[in-house]
Amino acid sequence: MQKIMVGIKRVVDYNVRVRVKPDGSGVMLDGVKMSVNPFDEIALEEALRIKERGTNVEVIAVSIGVADTQQQLRTALAMGADRAILVQTDVLVEPLTAAQAFLALAKRENPDLFFLGKQAIDDDANQTGQMLAAIWERPQATYASKVEISGAKAAVTREVDAGLETIEVDLPAVITVDLRLNEPRYVKLPDIMKAKKKTLDITTLDALGISVGRLLTTVKTEPPAQRQKGVMVKDVAELVDVLKKKGLI
Amino acid sequence: MQKVLIVGEHDGRILNPATAKCVTCAQGIADAEISVALLGADTSSVAAQAAAIAGVKRVLRVDRAENEHPLAAIFAPQIVALAADYTHIFGPSTSFGKDLMPRVAALLGAPQVSDLMAVETAHRFKRPIYAGNAIITVEADPSRKLVATVRVASFEAAPAAGGSAAVESTSTNAALPAHTRYLGAKSGSTDRPDLQTASRVVSGGRALGSAENFKLLYTFADKIGAAVGASRAAVDAGYAPNEMQVGQTGKIISPEIYIAIGISGAIQHLTGIKDARTIVAINKDGEAPIFEVADVGLVGDLFQIVPELERLIGA
Repeated sequence: MQKIMVGIKRVVDYNVRVRVKPDGSGVMLDGVKMSVNPFDEIALEEALRIKERGTNVEVIAVSIGVADTQQQLRTALAMGADRAILVQTDVLVEPLTAAQAFLALAKRENPDLFFLGKQAIDDDANQTGQMLAAIWERPQATYASKVEISGAKAAVTREVDAGLETIEVDLPAVITVDLRLNEPRYVKLPDIMKAKKKTLDITTLDALGISVGRLLTTVKTEPPAQRQKGVMVKDVAELVDVLKKKGLI
Repeated sequence: MQKVLIVGEHDGRILNPATAKCVTCAQGIADAEISVALLGADTSSVAAQAAAIAGVKRVLRVDRAENEHPLAAIFAPQIVALAADYTHIFGPSTSFGKDLMPRVAALLGAPQVSDLMAVETAHRFKRPIYAGNAIITVEADPSRKLVATVRVASFEAAPAAGGSAAVESTSTNAALPAHTRYLGAKSGSTDRPDLQTASRVVSGGRALGSAENFKLLYTFADKIGAAVGASRAAVDAGYAPNEMQVGQTGKIISPEIYIAIGISGAIQHLTGIKDARTIVAINKDGEAPIFEVADVGLVGDLFQIVPELERLIGA
């Protein structure tokens, strides 16, 4: 194990309640707090733990996005990534384009592992890791809750609908991580200072030879249907009464 | 004409009900001709089940030893080979479909609509983003194939009987990789109804306080024939196993009745239950956000309410 790449996405912070613009053209993002996608933090934490167990493992944080995405990559560097690469672009990047950009970087860096969060909490697409594995022609282990590396193989326990499933993949491989893989570390002030000195390279989709086409066009954004607020009952007897009247029990 | 290929999910014995929900979704496309693909070691039994679903025209069986376990890296190239004649390739938005379908889409160079919740036209669909805080309408280029995962909570299952699809055994020339191997599974074996398809769900949150206390819910659920779910907080705290998690990153469900017990109702949790017909909330905090979406709410101590509820329902 020599090199691990980790995908980092800049997203609206987990705690922000996103609202739809009145004209239906999108969601309101002005002045909203942006953070590292929480699943990507878990992905990075796992890479750092592998690094700390081994020797000479380099961890590279990579992202695709606007210039301000450097903030999230600095956070990744402060957590412990050795260096970072930003593919800077102002256009909206679809999962397949993101996968193509990550593939171009992977071909340059030849990592043993490529970690990503299982989904980003903005578009909730849950596609990029699988797409990267597909076009890289490498294994994918999605929804990881446990990763054990031995030599050129990884045994990955996955969170699936029925419970847990374990698969073995040859390296290099793409692993997308689920919530319970680990608990990411907090960044300390000295680490933030140190991170400022680490290398953050900036490239572009153009430089990587990737043309940006749109496969899907968003034509409308609307708020979800609201549920009607219901009734409050005063005790269990009344609750049972209501449920019986609704024919539910 | 639009031709939809649905990737069926099964365990070799039983066709996952998500498949019949994908059929209903595909029927939203005008003039769609619907086929179901089944990959497995022996799909004879599940193929019969798929053929009986009303609205299915063809069932394609691809039986081979390598297909015993649903590994995305093994399945994807075969689905791609089968997809040649189709305009749309759908799978369920379950852990099976979410793992597999993007791999298929990338190999096809096709877009994927994740969590497809409504069909407007053959190339215009609705899906949720931001944990369901916004719904977008997306349009795809009709000259390309389109891949989607179908948000199963948004569709009723097509009738499991009445169909008479032709069943064909087929094979593909797809080269299968050897880099991915199945080692084993650990499932919380239970006699309770499946969480994703149950008509009644009892669900617990952090207020339960321990895995031991969750037994209170199991007993209650068994009495009313319900599946048991949990909030992320309860799963993270180790009170319940991961497969019980309901919400944005867990299971999205649509039971007839959802009884939320000691769940405050974070937006990420509400995302998973908003298609429930009736939501009942029991919480000691009258200000909990769960009451904003509940059809019936009761403020009080769950440790007193649940046993009493169990007693009165049985009475």
